Amino acid sequence: MTYDEILKGVTAKFPSSVISSNIYRGELTMVIRKSDIIQVCEFLKNECSFDALRDLFGLDMNTPIDRFFVAYNLYSLATRRRIRLKVPVDEKDLNVPTVTSIWSAANFHEREAYDMFGINFTGHPDLRRIYMPEDFEYFPLRKDFPLMGIPDSIPLPKK
Amino acid sequence: MGLEGHDPLKNGFLTTRLDALLAWARKNSLWPMPMGISCCAIEMMAVVDPRFDLSRFGSEVMRFSPRQCDVMIVAGTVTYKMARVVKKIYDQMPDPKWVISMGACASSGGMFRSYAVVQGIDQFLPVDVYVAGCPPRPENLMNALLMLQKKIAEGETGPRKPVHIDEKVG
Amino acid sequence: MEQQSTYRSKILAALENQDTSVIFDDTLENAMVLNMGPQHPATHGVLRLLLRLDGETVIKAVPDLGYLHRGYEKIAENTTYHEFIPHTDRLDYLSPLSNNVAYTLAVEKLAGIEAPPRAQYIRVIVSEMARIASHLVAVGSMGLDVGAVTILLWTFREREKLLDILDILTGARFTSSYARIGGVMQDLTDECIAALRSFLDQFPAKLDECTGLLNKNRIFIDRCDGVGVISKEDAIAIGLTGPNLRGAGVANDVRRDEPYLVYDQLDFDVITVEGGDALARYHVRVREMKESVRIIYQALDKLPKGPILAYDKPKRVLPQKERIYTKMEELIHDFMLVNFGINPPVGEIYQPFEAPKGELGFYIYSNGSGYPWRMKIRSPSFVNIQSIPIVLKGAMISDIVAVIGSLDPVMGDADK
Repeated sequence: MTYDEILKGVTAKFPSSVISSNIYRGELTMVIRKSDIIQVCEFLKNECSFDALRDLFGLDMNTPIDRFFVAYNLYSLATRRRIRLKVPVDEKDLNVPTVTSIWSAANFHEREAYDMFGINFTGHPDLRRIYMPEDFEYFPLRKDFPLMGIPDSIPLPKK
Repeated sequence: MGLEGHDPLKNGFLTTRLDALLAWARKNSLWPMPMGISCCAIEMMAVVDPRFDLSRFGSEVMRFSPRQCDVMIVAGTVTYKMARVVKKIYDQMPDPKWVISMGACASSGGMFRSYAVVQGIDQFLPVDVYVAGCPPRPENLMNALLMLQKKIAEGETGPRKPVHIDEKVG
Repeated sequence: MEQQSTYRSKILAALENQDTSVIFDDTLENAMVLNMGPQHPATHGVLRLLLRLDGETVIKAVPDLGYLHRGYEKIAENTTYHEFIPHTDRLDYLSPLSNNVAYTLAVEKLAGIEAPPRAQYIRVIVSEMARIASHLVAVGSMGLDVGAVTILLWTFREREKLLDILDILTGARFTSSYARIGGVMQDLTDECIAALRSFLDQFPAKLDECTGLLNKNRIFIDRCDGVGVISKEDAIAIGLTGPNLRGAGVANDVRRDEPYLVYDQLDFDVITVEGGDALARYHVRVREMKESVRIIYQALDKLPKGPILAYDKPKRVLPQKERIYTKMEELIHDFMLVNFGINPPVGEIYQPFEAPKGELGFYIYSNGSGYPWRMKIRSPSFVNIQSIPIVLKGAMISDIVAVIGSLDPVMGDADK
């Protein structure tokens, strides 16, 4: 299936979900509405044979509306095609439905997105921090967090 | 250590000979505790392979239990989450103990100036020898061990002022 | 207190009824929680595993990561594209050269430039050498974890020969930062080619010697056969890639499926072994080393002459040193590139790469400036560790080290 066919299939079945799409340097990216992400992912997995979720991560665009994005990197082993989905998330409503029921690979990736950006994945079996200690209060990869960190945010043992 | 309190001649013949004997025994059997965290750990593994054999200097085995070791070689980047673990292991080692800080990351934070990396383990551990390099060559680590042996032979039983890497080993 | 009184009343009731076998629920819950801590000889770095055990059987295993989290993605947002190349060395620190090549491929895709043919062949040679080095450590430490100490020393001896060649080629044994945007840093001299050929001539025989210790060894087979089994569907669903996926019977290799560099002109097999257990993954790695030797021979034979950096793209590639000191334009370009970075067009790309551990991918979003706006590193070990709870279901404690050794995680990669 070529990229045009995939794009036509998705826009035909879910006309209101696809906000925009583009092909850049040979890669297809589709921006999907947050509420329809589960149906689109199920369609892509079952009909278009995208059986592997290779990556899932967050993006901070630092714009006043739709500040964050969650990006999904899908790969099809049968047709050897890659596709990227992006879901805009507003800062006031940081809940995104989880896709762990479709691909179990999303487990650790969603925990990392929660740890780094604070995006809450509803329905995740075990949403807690993965890289930073459990009691860390900030979200490091947001653009307003400084590179050197906030002093004394993690205590150091005494000499 | 030992007999200074009892012997009326403080730096008498017997105590200095005994000190020298203990120091000789300690420096020639330094068993390292490899706190191998990241890339420098691979060069530490390369130090014990047949080419750059470290056991000819007395560091016969790398015991992974802290209760059986003398010197802790911190090899790799220490993050804030890992710092508690390193300190816990250091506290479990019996006296006298020494610390070699291997690599740029352990000595000063290295190339990682970020929110999660401790900029040098001397913020929470007393260090004896710093080894520069990213990662240091195995010969460099052997030089550091020999420098530590020289320091022990001169009568240091614990971490005092660190030795600069450019000083020649006798 | 309440528990004590209910126990006491149960005992009294049992004694009264002459029934001396009483079953208590929830005294110790019959399950022990064991912490295989971050400092452990056999966890391949600082991986912490929390295990719930019923006697000797593992009921549940939860990995705890983050003890080596250095903040790479945040650092990447504050350094230029060229400055980030030494950081990529320290990702999968057993094969640093393949990480450099993967990153520079991604940046070149973003900037729209291509390296000259000689540089591409050299990159292929160097990636395959890194693959051999990484698999030698993997095989050696898997043997060490199950108790065969000799094989670690023998594979490290072979690795030392390889690191000597890398020393001549790049200037450093280990973390060398060899690839540049637009090509490679230094040329492959004749002395280096001769040393590489003599190493490759004797390597398959030495490899057979090393694996002859393990292949038919009763103890090794008993410890690894049937241990840590994962099915094909589970392996694809949990996101495994690389030798772990090929050891489960799925023939997926980025070099063949989405060819990059010059892999479409080279002839190699994709090693797939059915079984999905630790022994299958071990055999995949051993046979992949032999395939890498084949690839390097072909690349050495086909190596063309020419430049090693794309000097015809001056706004993206650092110019030659002798021209910087003599010509004005090159001086200006060098100043702009080092201080402000290459300015790729606005857009986002993802470049997959077949690293020794699996699929290493770099996603870069550029907003037109010299610093990446967002860089995401798709690290293979992070996803391989995700499969530990599935693979360890029902295994014994002593199987844990064999399984982790066969999955071969590297914490620098997993924790980024």
